[in-house]
Amino acid sequence: MTSTTPRRTAWSLILLGATALGLSLSSAANAADPIKIGVIAEAQAIAGASIPQAAQMAADEINAKGGVDGRQIQIVAYDNHSSSADSVRAFQRAVNEDKVNAVITSYISEVVLALEPWASRLKTLMITPGAASNEITRAIHENYDKNKYTFHGYLTSAALAQSVCDAAKDLLVDGKKMKTAVIMSEDAAWTKPLDIGYQECLPKIGLKVLDHIRFSPDTTDFTPIFNKIESSKPDVIITGISHVGVQPTVQWKNQQVPIPMFGISSQATNSTFGKDTNNAADGVLYQGVSGPGVAVTPKSVPFAENFKKKFGNYPSYAGYTSYDEVYMIADAAKRAGSTDSDKLVAAMEKTDWEGTIGRVQFYGKEDKFTHGIKYGKGLITGLILQWQDGQQVAVWPKDVAKAQLKFPSFIKFSSAN
Amino acid sequence: MLALQILIDGFAISALYALGATGFTLIFGVSGVLNLSHGAIMVAAAVAAWAAASVFQLDSYSGALVGVAIAALLSLLTYFVVVQPIQRSNKIPNEEKEIFVLTATLLWGIMIQEAIAYFFTNNAKTVLPIIEGVVKIAGIRTPANTLFTAAVCCLVIALLWVLVNRTRTGKVVLAASMNPRGVTILGFELTNVYIVVWIIYGVLAGIAGVLLGMFLGVSSYSVGPLTASAFSIVVLGGLGSVSGSLIAAFVVGYLETFTAYMISPAYRSIPALLLLVIVMYIRPQGLLGRR
Repeated sequence: MTSTTPRRTAWSLILLGATALGLSLSSAANAADPIKIGVIAEAQAIAGASIPQAAQMAADEINAKGGVDGRQIQIVAYDNHSSSADSVRAFQRAVNEDKVNAVITSYISEVVLALEPWASRLKTLMITPGAASNEITRAIHENYDKNKYTFHGYLTSAALAQSVCDAAKDLLVDGKKMKTAVIMSEDAAWTKPLDIGYQECLPKIGLKVLDHIRFSPDTTDFTPIFNKIESSKPDVIITGISHVGVQPTVQWKNQQVPIPMFGISSQATNSTFGKDTNNAADGVLYQGVSGPGVAVTPKSVPFAENFKKKFGNYPSYAGYTSYDEVYMIADAAKRAGSTDSDKLVAAMEKTDWEGTIGRVQFYGKEDKFTHGIKYGKGLITGLILQWQDGQQVAVWPKDVAKAQLKFPSFIKFSSAN
Repeated sequence: MLALQILIDGFAISALYALGATGFTLIFGVSGVLNLSHGAIMVAAAVAAWAAASVFQLDSYSGALVGVAIAALLSLLTYFVVVQPIQRSNKIPNEEKEIFVLTATLLWGIMIQEAIAYFFTNNAKTVLPIIEGVVKIAGIRTPANTLFTAAVCCLVIALLWVLVNRTRTGKVVLAASMNPRGVTILGFELTNVYIVVWIIYGVLAGIAGVLLGMFLGVSSYSVGPLTASAFSIVVLGGLGSVSGSLIAAFVVGYLETFTAYMISPAYRSIPALLLLVIVMYIRPQGLLGRR
């Protein structure tokens, strides 16, 4: 003990000196301080891995053009291991120690919902590039002054359901004369409002809902589920899956379930999905906001191609939004002339940004989905893509569609045509 | 119709469980090691088979062989890097060695799991089926590969029985499980026996992993549940008893399938776990346990 004490004292003196030096340096360099954006995401998941990569790409581009009023954008990335607890720790560290000005985080609703109170407590702008639960915007709407720091940078589950129904009307009801559907979704925070949305809008477009199956996200054997669905003889399976994807798709093909799958299938948006499923994905129809080669806006294709050049694969859906969000935060900081949280929030609310997935505006304080991105023509409508011969091809809406629907031979259209 | 469906589906999944649990119980029976990296080795085999076929463009047979080879290699590595140093250590008291091995293999499994997630992401992968297409059994559409899976499982278990009961090597292994010291006195090097057992175990876990990858698909998330399911089957059947494990695998497989069809897929694993608890109360040594 006695021998270590003087050494400890010496160390603390050195540390003190270093801190003082650091403090004086930082106050001197205030004007050129970087704008720091924390990125908390799932580094091991395909959807999550693109989030920090795309954010860094956007930051590099902005910095190459001189930054925001001379201030560089700096990305500080944290791996949350898909865990809410790890995300909260990362958020606290990002704000309290790394002094970030804003946080982009996670494609998992449970994670974002866990962080939302922390964004409020630590008064830090937070935006999600990929979570969907309606609960995120509901908390903002119900307690605006407290929760206004959170923005929902991806479609809410309600909007996703609407997008799926809008497309199903054109492609399935009008195109294939389908009349009946079964909803198949995983039991998670984001699918609760999604299923409510489906149950409301499917009958309206002319698809009668015959059954509604919710299953645990750790299900591995889908045989009983597909058999149950098949026994009610629907024309189409409307999906709400994200935590699972590869397994139901492969088993759908191996068991030759004769009913097409259509809806939200987040894993199908990954460009590796074809390989992961050994091309069992062929025929799967999924909703997305982007896709390789789909020019939703003039920015979409160049971003995807540059991303692929840099990282070897196309970005996940959350990569597109994460890229846009860095630009939107930079744009807001420029308009606000400050990185003060309240000013940044006020500026973000006035966002009108044409990004890679469409034109982004946020719903206001009085709207139901406060701080959610606006859904609709001229803004963001989403796409329907289909896996065809190992490729993702846009099939809806008409202006970006590149091919007709195409199904594997085991798909039988019962009451259709 | 439904009964036949449950019969077919349940058989395939039970056979797969049986194969997975057999190796696990064999290692315990012979060397007293509860290998908690079991799930990780199975997943590694499946992911290796997937990578061989999808990334390196091998055909499905060669891919499957690569998977099994990786599992055998990992199994040997588990023995030499993790288990043997603990068993030989003078610093760890003998009575604590079991718990050390338990912890070490658990950590080893987590390391393998994280490595798989790091290199291949945590997305699920599926192994290319060896036989494509479906066959109709009395009107029930069944993937041909599911039948193939069940057949391979039964065949491998039968071969294992022949190996253990009808060959010299097998008899030594059997003897080692009953009386390790006796085997040493007869002039057999115990380490060699263990190496043989770990190779057999690796091959069994590898085949089970690859078949599981074809049948259902696996991801790095499957590691924990796979170890847990093998563990509960083995405990239910009786630690160290191969035939007990086989019976338990079929009980669990059918109970799960029955629940998924008749109650809800969401509650699939609950009745089997309840059964495990009940058996632990009434018959702590398991169905056919010796200890």
